[in-house]
Formats: sequence, structure tokens, C-alpha cells
Amino acid sequence: MMINKALFGGVVKHINFKNILQQTKRQCNNTNTEIGIDTVTNVKESGYLGIQVSFTDKLLFFNKESYDALPIFRILHSPEQTEFPKEYKINEQTMTRMYYKMLTLNIMDKVLYESQRQGRISFYMTNTGEEGLQIGSAAALTLNDVIYAQYREAGVLLWRGYSITDFMNQCYGNYKDTSKGRQMPVHYGSRKLNFVTISSPLTTQLPQAVGTAYALKQSKKKACVVCYFGEGAASEGDAHAAFNFAATLECPILFVCRNNGYAISTSSLEQFKGDGIAARGPAYGIRTIRVDGNDVLAVYNATKAAREFCIETGKPVLIEAMTYRIGHHSTSDDSSAYRSVNEISHWNHNSPIIRFRNYLESINLWCKQQEQQSNESIKESVLRAFKDAEKELKPCWKELFTDVYRTMPKHIRRQLHSMENHVTEFHEHYPLHSFKST
Amino acid sequence: MNMYQAINDGLRITLDKDPDAVIFGEDVGFGGVFRCTVDLQKKFGKDRVFNTPLCEQGIAGFGIGLATAGVTAIAEIQFADYIFPAFDQLVNEAAKMRYRSGGEFECGKLTVRAPCGAVGHGGLYHSQSPEAYFAHTPGLKIVMPRGAKQAKGLLLGCIEEPDPCIMFEPKILYRTAIDEVPTAHYTIEIGKAEVVREGDAVTLVGWGTQVHVLMEAADLVQEKLGVSCEVIDLVSILPWDAELVCKSAKKTGRVVIAHEAPLTNGFGAEIASTVQEECFLHLEAPVQRVTGWDSPFPHVFEPFYLPDKWRCFAAVRNILNY
Repeated sequence: MMINKALFGGVVKHINFKNILQQTKRQCNNTNTEIGIDTVTNVKESGYLGIQVSFTDKLLFFNKESYDALPIFRILHSPEQTEFPKEYKINEQTMTRMYYKMLTLNIMDKVLYESQRQGRISFYMTNTGEEGLQIGSAAALTLNDVIYAQYREAGVLLWRGYSITDFMNQCYGNYKDTSKGRQMPVHYGSRKLNFVTISSPLTTQLPQAVGTAYALKQSKKKACVVCYFGEGAASEGDAHAAFNFAATLECPILFVCRNNGYAISTSSLEQFKGDGIAARGPAYGIRTIRVDGNDVLAVYNATKAAREFCIETGKPVLIEAMTYRIGHHSTSDDSSAYRSVNEISHWNHNSPIIRFRNYLESINLWCKQQEQQSNESIKESVLRAFKDAEKELKPCWKELFTDVYRTMPKHIRRQLHSMENHVTEFHEHYPLHSFKST
Repeated sequence: MNMYQAINDGLRITLDKDPDAVIFGEDVGFGGVFRCTVDLQKKFGKDRVFNTPLCEQGIAGFGIGLATAGVTAIAEIQFADYIFPAFDQLVNEAAKMRYRSGGEFECGKLTVRAPCGAVGHGGLYHSQSPEAYFAHTPGLKIVMPRGAKQAKGLLLGCIEEPDPCIMFEPKILYRTAIDEVPTAHYTIEIGKAEVVREGDAVTLVGWGTQVHVLMEAADLVQEKLGVSCEVIDLVSILPWDAELVCKSAKKTGRVVIAHEAPLTNGFGAEIASTVQEECFLHLEAPVQRVTGWDSPFPHVFEPFYLPDKWRCFAAVRNILNY
């Protein structure tokens, strides 16, 4: 208990989320003045650069058992709950829109997952179970905020205005795909929506996001960078790099970790031994909160407060959103090989969509009839977009050679010409009919 | 000006001209361990010239993020030997960003500077020349200057180039290479090689410090064998000036390529293969490569490791006798 106080100044047990940012600020201002360890000598004696600390004559080692795990911020506790603190209220229109987008994402996932099973697209990754944290956080941001994502954040794009047709075009790699069919499905990106194009190497986007945040701060724009990643990705060296750079260089970035329990087949139990990802935040000097990722209202409110702090102070925030990956890792994965059906069905019953719907129904913002109608109309528009995207031609094959550099160097031009001659000669052996001619 | 002063001058011009440009890396704030950034923080402030934590993957990633936001980002990796932790960021990210996003995003404003090459006593991790690793990466541009004048022009060229660039700076030249360097702004075009000495018997191709070794070897050849060598500074590793090298090869019929990096899969292999393909009927002898050995770069054996002027001379003599 004394140690607990030493590390958290005794605040941890009585966290008042309304004031969490201000509280921590106060705490920072009077570090070490109220430390609970009984034998303390003069603070100023130490003089170690960057470490403000007192001495103790007790031989103590610290581990995560030395203090309580960081609590999970939650607003929607149970299905019956109809009331929660006023300051967390969101206007009704926004709430129904949030729910509608969660539903849309869920239905689009089902259609595209099935289409991969039928061999119509090559690959897909669903967002099932994580719709709440995606839509909840996205709704708390503005279009001026720059997004860097991992790959399981389609909901963020959906919220920002990426159309179902845009998603389909990318998955098909047809000529309407802005990235010209070069990347695998679900590697979305949009300059217009300030969403940096996704790449497969995990965590590389984290230090990049920090760099962009530094640029935003220098330009004095009232915006921040929001960077999403999974708990598995947090084990990469780039995560360490990013947290440390963001803190030392004071960058307005919001790190959002989707802790969904699994990195493909590797459960969190094999991924880390500390108190999750959140506990790492304070170790880097980053203001941190852990939220219930299946509670869209909690995610929204935490993101909103974090964003304000980021922009106001120019400093980073870490949000660890606790959730569960209900779907398989990807279409190349059968998750029943490493986890139980019971575990999945437990989370299926506690999904963010169900929880939010129960709440909306309880305050008469949603009803069974609306649910059914929305389901049908979303499904119809997804299927329509899907069929349209499937019919479109792929980009001209010569786009294989463009955009490597701003202007095509001679050696690449020579390779293009060589392939051109080859394709002319052997045209019947190449799928030219499904590609545009120029 | 010597080479570090020329680089410092180029950096100062950039910061002056481009109010968004920033310089960062390990220990650049106080002037850098090779003095290349000396006085810049004092003049332009801590927001624009700053130390980062000690983490190369972070430096590269951070630079990509700045450049993606449209900021001129000049990153320093303290030694080229320590660029490998940033390999993923440079190869998978910087190089591919424009391509994979269909041109929606790019980080062309990123320039990475890294001291490279032998220095007399650098051992395994203060001597490497890793240009060939990066030359296998479409999307990057790679240059190496042979002196102060080239360093400034190439640095400004890299900074203004709309693609991510890596400049490897032969660290032994920082204080030893002294040129008349124009104080004004100028750039040297990336992708262009330079004939530094004309000749008709053998073409010698090298870059960085090795150009000076080849010049000395050419003197030896002239003195002892009475024939003239054409010496080419490749300058740009990627994209490289195959046209100029092949033109010279067709004229002389004999080519010797020399670099400090190990032989197997060194950039010399790419040049040799291209010359063979483009100049087959003009060649009087097989293309020769004089390079570091296929071993790590050793400490006390450095004089036996490097492709020095005597090894280059021997190669030229052998190719003339073929």
C-alpha cells in the first residue's frame, strides 16, 4: 500500500474520470512532496539528470503487483442502464449516426468476408467486435486530425466519409482504387480524408505518426495525429521508438491501442507480462487512460478529452481500448485452431453493437423496426457497390511502373518498354481483357 | 572549405531558405560528432535543429512522418553502420510510400545523411559501406560524394529531390577533402556520373573515397605502364549513370570497378553485369572488380582489407595483359 502511494500519489484508487487530466496535472506539479514511503531523505540530494526521486533504506523491487492495474473507464455498464453522468452525453443525432455506421461496418464485413470465401477478392480482414472503439474514437475527432492506422480501423474511414464504393474499389484493386490496385485488400488510404495509406509492416506507422504530429505542432494547426495499432504491434521496436520520441519531442499525438487479446494466434498472455499496454504510457511520461473498447460512449469521451489535451499542450496521450477480436485474424486464419468457441460466444453476446443498441432502445432512439430496415437497406447498398466494383476493369498494367519515383528514371522506362514489347508479342498469355488499355 | 564545412554550409542554406526545414538525429544539437551541424541550433533554434532519443528506427520513421506532412526533413544516422535498425523504415516505408498509395502520399522531402566508409581504425562498426543493400530498393535515391564541393551540391540536390534520398558521406574525407566550394546555393544532379580524368586504355569506376584511390592508381599506371586510365566517379548509386559508364567502356574496352564494400553482391556486380550486357562486343577483357573482401571490416587488418591503389594497379595491369 505504501508503494502504491509512492507510484501514484494515492490517486489511483479514487480516480474521478471527469477530472482525470486536470488531476494528473496537479499531481505533476508537486511531485515527490507527499510520497508515502516512510524513510525518505532530502529530494534535492540526488541530482540525477531527468530523475526526480528520493532515497529509501528499504530494499524493494517493483513489479506490476506493487500497485493496482490501471482501471478501465466505462460508461455503459449494463444493458438495463438508461442513465449516466450528464457530462458524457452526446447529442442524439450523433449517437444514432454512430450506431448506424457501426452496423454498416459490420454488414460490409460480412459481405466482403463471404466474397473472399467465394474467391471473388483475394483477402479480407473483418472488424467484428471492434466497431465501438473505431466509431467511438473517430466521432470524437475532426477531419483536420491526421490518421495513421494499422489495418483494422475501417470504421474510422467509414466515419470520415469513405464510401462503401471506395472500400469495394480498393478490395478489388480496380481502376477507381486511388492506390491503383497495387496493395492487398483492406490497405485503404485517402488524402482527402487525412487518412495515411495503410501498409502491412506492423508498427512502422507509429514513429511516422509522431513525425507528422511534430510537423502539425510546428505549423500551429489546431489538430493532432491519431495513431491506431494492436497490442501485438506494441511489441515491435517501432512502438518503443514512437512513445519515447512523442514524449521527449512533445508531439500532439493520440496513440490508440486496440487490445483485442490476440495477435493472430498469440494471446496477450504470450505478448506481455506487464499491466497491458497502458502501464507503459506513464513509464515514457505519456498521459494514459485505459477504456472499455466495447463501450462506444466511453471511447468517444476519452478520445475527446485526450484530443483536447493533445492540442492544448502539444503533448502525447495513450489510450488502451480493451476489446475482443470476435472474427478470425484474417481470411487466411481459422481462429478455432487456438481459442475456444465459448470464449468467442461470450464476447459475441457482449459486443459493442449489442450494448449500444440496448442503450439506444432504452432511451427510445432506436427500435426493432429501425434495426430491420437499416439491416436491409445497408445490405442492399453494400451488395450493389460490390457488384459495381467487381465489374470495373483493373488499371492499365503499365501503372506497375509509375509512382516508384516522382518521375520515371531511365532504367525503369527501359523496363516498361521491354515489357510493352513482350506483352505485344505474347498478349494471349496475359489477362489484358480485365485491364484498362491506357 | 573541407567536407564537413561544406555540408554545414548546405544545411545552413536550406534552413535559411525553407522556414519549415528541420534537422535531427543523435547529438546534432551541439554540432554533431563530425561537426556537420555546428552552430545550426544556435542560429535556427531548438525547434528546427534538435537531438532525438538514441534510436535509429525512430529517427527514420519520424523523418518519414515529417516528410509525409510536407516538411523538409534532414535526418542524421550517426554512422552508416547503424542504419540497419532503420532498414525497415527506409526500405518498406520511405521507398514504397508513393507507389503503394498511388501517389496520394509521399515522403520525398526526406533526406538521410550517414557517415560511411573506412577511416583507418573504425573496425567492424565504424567503417561499413552499406550502399548496395539500399541500391536493391526501388523508390530510394542514393548518392556518395568524393569531396567538399560534391557534398554540398549533392546534399542540396537530395534535399530538393522529390524522392527520399540517402547520402552516404565518406567520413575520412570530412576534414581531409578540401575544395573551393561556392558559398551560394547550387545542386548536383542525382543520377549523373562524372568523368574525373579522361583516358583511353581502361575505364576505372568508383565512388566516394575510392575515386581518390583510383586517381592514384591511374597515376601509377601512367608512370609504370605508360597508358592512360579514364576515371569515373559514379556519384549516384541509385539511379546510376549506366549511359556514361557504358560509353566509356565502349571507348576503352576494359573496365575495372572498385569499392570498399565486400565483393559478393556489392554494387560493382550490378555495373559489371550491365557493362557486359550493353558493351559485349566492345570488351577486350572480362570486367574486373577490386573490392573489400567478403569478411566483416576488420580493425588491425584494414591495410590488407581495403582495395588500395596497389590492388587497383594490379587489376589494371592484369586486364591490360589479358
